[in-house]
Amino acid sequence: MLESHIRSRLKEKKILLMTHIVIGYPSLEASLEIVRTMVAAGVDLMELQIPFSEPIADGPVILKANQNSLAGGVSVAQCLEFGRTVAREFPIPFLYMTYYNILFKYGVDRFVDEMRDAGLKGSIVPDLPPEEADGYLSAMQRNQLSPIFIYSPTTSEARLTAIAKVADGFVYCVARKGVTGDQTEFSQSLDAYLARCRTATGLPLALGFGVKDKSDIKFLEGKADIAVIGTQALRLIETEGIAALGPFIRDLQT
Amino acid sequence: MNKRGYFGNFGGAFLPEILVATFDELERVYTEARNDPIFWHDYEQLMSSYSCRPTPITYAENLTRHFGGARIFIKREDLNHTGAHKANNVMGQGLLVKRMGKTRVIAETGAGQHGVATATMAARFGFDCTIYMGEVDVARQRPNVFWMEQLGATVVPVTDGTRILKDAINEAFRDWVTNMDATHYVLGTACGPHPFPEMVAWFQSIIGKEARRQFMEREGRLPTRVFACVGGGSNAMGIFSGFFDDDVELVGVEAAGRGLNSGAHASRLCSDDASVGVAQGYKTYFLQDDDGQMRETHSIAAGLDYVGVSPILSDFKEKGRVRFEGATDREVIEAVRLTMRKEGVIPALESAHAFARAFKEAPTMSPDDIILINQSGRGDKDIFTIADAMDDPKWKQFIIEKAKQYHA
Ligand SMILES: Cc1ncc(COP(=O)(O)O)c(C=O)c1O
Repeated sequence: MLESHIRSRLKEKKILLMTHIVIGYPSLEASLEIVRTMVAAGVDLMELQIPFSEPIADGPVILKANQNSLAGGVSVAQCLEFGRTVAREFPIPFLYMTYYNILFKYGVDRFVDEMRDAGLKGSIVPDLPPEEADGYLSAMQRNQLSPIFIYSPTTSEARLTAIAKVADGFVYCVARKGVTGDQTEFSQSLDAYLARCRTATGLPLALGFGVKDKSDIKFLEGKADIAVIGTQALRLIETEGIAALGPFIRDLQT
Repeated sequence: MNKRGYFGNFGGAFLPEILVATFDELERVYTEARNDPIFWHDYEQLMSSYSCRPTPITYAENLTRHFGGARIFIKREDLNHTGAHKANNVMGQGLLVKRMGKTRVIAETGAGQHGVATATMAARFGFDCTIYMGEVDVARQRPNVFWMEQLGATVVPVTDGTRILKDAINEAFRDWVTNMDATHYVLGTACGPHPFPEMVAWFQSIIGKEARRQFMEREGRLPTRVFACVGGGSNAMGIFSGFFDDDVELVGVEAAGRGLNSGAHASRLCSDDASVGVAQGYKTYFLQDDDGQMRETHSIAAGLDYVGVSPILSDFKEKGRVRFEGATDREVIEAVRLTMRKEGVIPALESAHAFARAFKEAPTMSPDDIILINQSGRGDKDIFTIADAMDDPKWKQFIIEKAKQYHA
């Protein structure tokens, strides 16, 4: 179970690190290399984004990665195969992140069954709110997989609680308004928001959107259980290459 | 937690969590307005004093004689302020923005008509205004870009994806999730997450309400068939809504582009190329591949060049209440030419899809039948595209001279 795995890791580390990649960007081979490098550097969990042509919640960097991956011809079947490969090869939990249409067109039940067979632990679908998620939720439950839901600073108290009822594994707290990749202010209002999230759910909390360096992660220690690095890793790959990821990720955790 | 905003199997609100509170607010304000008779009254007043409502219906006597079948009437949405039905929706949403106390509006635009209408509304109400427009559309609808900027709006060319309407919508959503406190997204058609389809269709229903009344007054009866072009579906929903409960045949005309078998079209409801999916916040028919990736679309009319379609129309398609047909780029240009020559009326390329299909069917109908075509907009904005298609030598010479002047 994802939650118990997270809890046992948290006995060894103050805060876990989750990274995000877009499968097929810059290529499938490079994606594998990126996963290998990230796992070797001590990443605790990984989100594997299956690219979608309309990623409305993603900022320019991840949007471009989605488009490049699709332009390179990456298919959903290849992404599922990729997930199977890395889940077999590496000992950390992997999650899919994608938009609902990918599951919908594939067939939600079929997608979730294959996700289980491939050894993934759950998925994050940012445009699938609980209201629309009945079929997805029952498929996930049947397969004992974790549907990761999202909290945002604009989510009302009542809604935080309602989301907690269907969430599993952990809850992904979006740090601020906006899309992925923009600056986030790690400030007191973030503290207060995380405290609200804590009250609403007993599940571990991940914090993402704008986490980029060691000081951000230090700030989150004791407030969140998982820090999520997305855009920043992609930027590094683009500017300095995959090899630079190892030192970057190691440094974040010291 | 209940699902909201469904029309049969279509619609819904597939929203990123950050926008849920914003949509709750919008739905509340819209529902209040809808239940407040004074709101609709104010809206009609505004549209009659600022736009040109009621727009007339014009009997197209020469076209009728030319085709020798059904009598043809045109509902003149081109006479709206800014030249298209888009004004109806935009002014309605502007009133809601005032109610919400927001100070900035954003919008997507394809043909530019919705952008111009939004920029106009923003100027009148005193809102800041940013318009997202695909780079391809910026290039083919330059006159409208010019007007938006002159009206005080910032036009942002979108360089992602296919660089047309759907990509402009994505960018507008990205702006909105960052700035929703003071910003309202004036979505331009009856698509997107609930309550947009229902709300936009409601504002546009002013077209159908008027048309119905005008026919009863003038002819003492209703038309036999009503034709409207379908991009997102807002002008179609608008005119159709006057006749849903009547024995009137409703025909939605999509962009068949280079042909329904060419792969280069934007026909979601009259072709076999589309399938049901979920994107841009709602469930409907999309032109997508087997993996669920949206495909490139094509139409000579920027305003019809969209991968999705109103969930309300998808439902009517499944229920058989509306018939969907396509018109090709070539048929559309021919329809523009004929309408100009016979009636002295210049329909927008979008609207001309409805004309093209009506012209096909008119001769097969009897003189007792009445066709009503919704002329959703006027064609001035399309001067570059139409001149190209007609290969007009004098126009080309003019452009060359003008370019020379700018180079000098
Ligand atoms: C003149 C005109 N007609 C029709 C449309 C298509 O939109 P809808 O189907 O929402 O009416 C547009 C869109 O830009 C337009 O400008």
